[in-house]
Amino acid sequence: MDFNDTREEAEFRQEARQWLGRHAEPKSGAFETWQSRYPGREGYDGLERARAFQARKAEAGFAALHWPAEWGGRALPPIYQVIYAQEETKFLVPRGYFEIGLGMCMPTLFAYGTESQKRRYAPSALRGDEVWCQLFSEPGAGSDLAGLRTRAQRDGDDWVINGQKIWTSGAHWADWAILVARSDPKAAKHKGLTFFFLSMKSPGIETRRIKQISGASHFNEVYFTDVRIPDGQRLGAVGAGWGVAITTLMNERLTSGDLRGPDFEEIFGLARSTVLEDGPAITNAAVRERLADLYVKTQGVRLTRFRTMTALSRGETPGPENSIGKLVNAPKAQEIASFAMDLLDMGGVVMDKDVAPLRAAFQESLLTSPGGRIAAGTDEILRNIIAERVLGLPQDVRVDRDLPFDELPTGTR
Amino acid sequence: MNFDFSADQKSLREQARKFLGEHASSARVRRILEGAAPYDAELWRGMGEMGWLGTAIPESYGGAGFGYLELCVLAEELGRSLAPTPFSSTIYLAGEALLLAGTDAQKKRWLPRITQGAAIGCFAMAEGPHVATPANLTARVESGHLTGTKMPVLDGDVADVAVVLAADGGAGRAGLFLVNLSGPGVTRTPVATVDPTRSHARIVFQRAPAEPLGGAGQGWALNERVLNRAAVLVAFEQLGGAQASLEMAREYALGRFAFGRQIGSFQAIKHKLADMYVAVELARSNAYYGAWALSTDAPELPVAAAAARVAACEAYYQAAKENIQIHGGMGFTWEFDCHLHYRRAKLTGLMLGSARRWKDLLVARLEAGAA
Repeated sequence: MDFNDTREEAEFRQEARQWLGRHAEPKSGAFETWQSRYPGREGYDGLERARAFQARKAEAGFAALHWPAEWGGRALPPIYQVIYAQEETKFLVPRGYFEIGLGMCMPTLFAYGTESQKRRYAPSALRGDEVWCQLFSEPGAGSDLAGLRTRAQRDGDDWVINGQKIWTSGAHWADWAILVARSDPKAAKHKGLTFFFLSMKSPGIETRRIKQISGASHFNEVYFTDVRIPDGQRLGAVGAGWGVAITTLMNERLTSGDLRGPDFEEIFGLARSTVLEDGPAITNAAVRERLADLYVKTQGVRLTRFRTMTALSRGETPGPENSIGKLVNAPKAQEIASFAMDLLDMGGVVMDKDVAPLRAAFQESLLTSPGGRIAAGTDEILRNIIAERVLGLPQDVRVDRDLPFDELPTGTR
Repeated sequence: MNFDFSADQKSLREQARKFLGEHASSARVRRILEGAAPYDAELWRGMGEMGWLGTAIPESYGGAGFGYLELCVLAEELGRSLAPTPFSSTIYLAGEALLLAGTDAQKKRWLPRITQGAAIGCFAMAEGPHVATPANLTARVESGHLTGTKMPVLDGDVADVAVVLAADGGAGRAGLFLVNLSGPGVTRTPVATVDPTRSHARIVFQRAPAEPLGGAGQGWALNERVLNRAAVLVAFEQLGGAQASLEMAREYALGRFAFGRQIGSFQAIKHKLADMYVAVELARSNAYYGAWALSTDAPELPVAAAAARVAACEAYYQAAKENIQIHGGMGFTWEFDCHLHYRRAKLTGLMLGSARRWKDLLVARLEAGAA
């Protein structure tokens, strides 16, 4: 048992580290991000710089390590992606622009697209010339994605799309999108869906930013009014869109970027530097007990990731243990934010960056962390996934599975 | 990255699981629960014949000289099966104390007998229903003789040798001492505990001959070092018990029907089981880190051991408690095995000091590391 790379892994890590050292700036602080260094106008200015970096990364062969060589990859096992990501987090690199395209849209295109489509779209996505987004969630279809109602109606060689999507990261700068829509409302809900890709410049698309409780806007609503998609841009058979969407979601990873919030290290530091009514916070028994709990969780998730890496490094399929990561980390982030503010007592409410510790990172996290428990699988959905896929328990009662979609009860709240 | 057990260690696990499946079945555990025997002597002999007792003891003292990773693998299986033997007292506590601080003569005297199953060890720290500290110890050694009462002592009724924490002359100074329990001045009476599958005793020492273990004045620090090593090994027992409780609960949730469905199809049960799984995996990863630190004698051991213990205490208790809940009324019966884990979870959660105390130790050690 050890934490060492194999010889090949160590060589690759060295190569990645050297390349990053030459082409990227080291982070100046744990919470610094590409967007915070290059705020620009809603991220657009950051995007231009990000494209330049992505092109160099693609040229050096780091942009899609696991892709086949013919599409610009190196066909490496997944452990190398993990190693590259570990090295990359030490540097200020663009996040949140290309992950969805490379991590979700392209794998779907590889599985269902034609050869000429792959040739047309994969290289430009890899270099960052074209940015992709994913049009899945709707106001009435979040955890229950198959309940989506955006309509796709056949009209000659085209499909006509009407409806609304929501929570679309990057829709405001994306060039292309993947879309799942309802082609047959008379069919049962999982059977009436069809999958497409389309240009985000198509007439009839309107994108509106969503303002989050933190005040930031990472997501969009996207409205479709008679948007036309050629049938050649359909992925998979008519009515088979659910299966295609599952392919996309199997490739989902956290695409919200490295918006790392305060973690154990920061709350531990705060407890050491804050004085309570009975002395330093770190000497208070209640504080110590919570710190210990947070440490055990933090270490537990980190070490669990090492177990997954071990399986990958040995060329084995990782066990299901990594499924616990987000379910532990997302509520923990919220707890750390709230706990830190409690330590600051009445002063904990202050969000003035010049006054609040860590430039108000805890207060920011109080307002951003609820999103972590919802995005990419809510806490509740993750518990269901663990229960069903890991522990082999039966699915929930499904009253809607075999009914025609248009006979299902509705209501979006 | 190589943060898992090796193929050989995994096959040792399979071998141990098979052996314990035959020789430490629920029926065998219940013989100890319900009978007069303090432990399963036949199983203990079998474990000796398998070479398990000398797993981490060097060959020069009669051991197999494998290592601590192998011992961790065995501990997990012992915890899973609830094996009613004095393994933890003898190997993780008395054996580790001897290995850490014993003189060559002390090691030669006891370790070969331990590896052969010819001597049982125990560790006597507690003095009744309160935390033992260097300041409040009443057992004391004066000119080589121990006087005082230790209670509860796990396996104290059957042990041949005890490692005893006692006051050592000066104010607030504690030391570890080795006492031959068949010598003079030792009176033992069994003590009932929440887990009758493991026997406990009250030991009264009246001027019992006691040899110091380790250098003078190092007693408390040595005691902590022994407890750290035991904490990792007990964490693996707890992990095995927690995993077994989770599996029992899952099986029951799949087989029990209510409201026309398997109860495992209801989210109230599914989410409870998912939470148990998360707790077990967090405990597993923390325990593995402890195993790495123990097997490499890493400077991280004090922090890793405390984290492993905290995570394992909580995961086992959660899994054992919710296993009863998922079994409903059946889980509350003597007949079902749920209570065996519930009892063992609480016992292992307290035998080296409570999680409350280890959380405090963990933070103290993090502070020391960050200073």
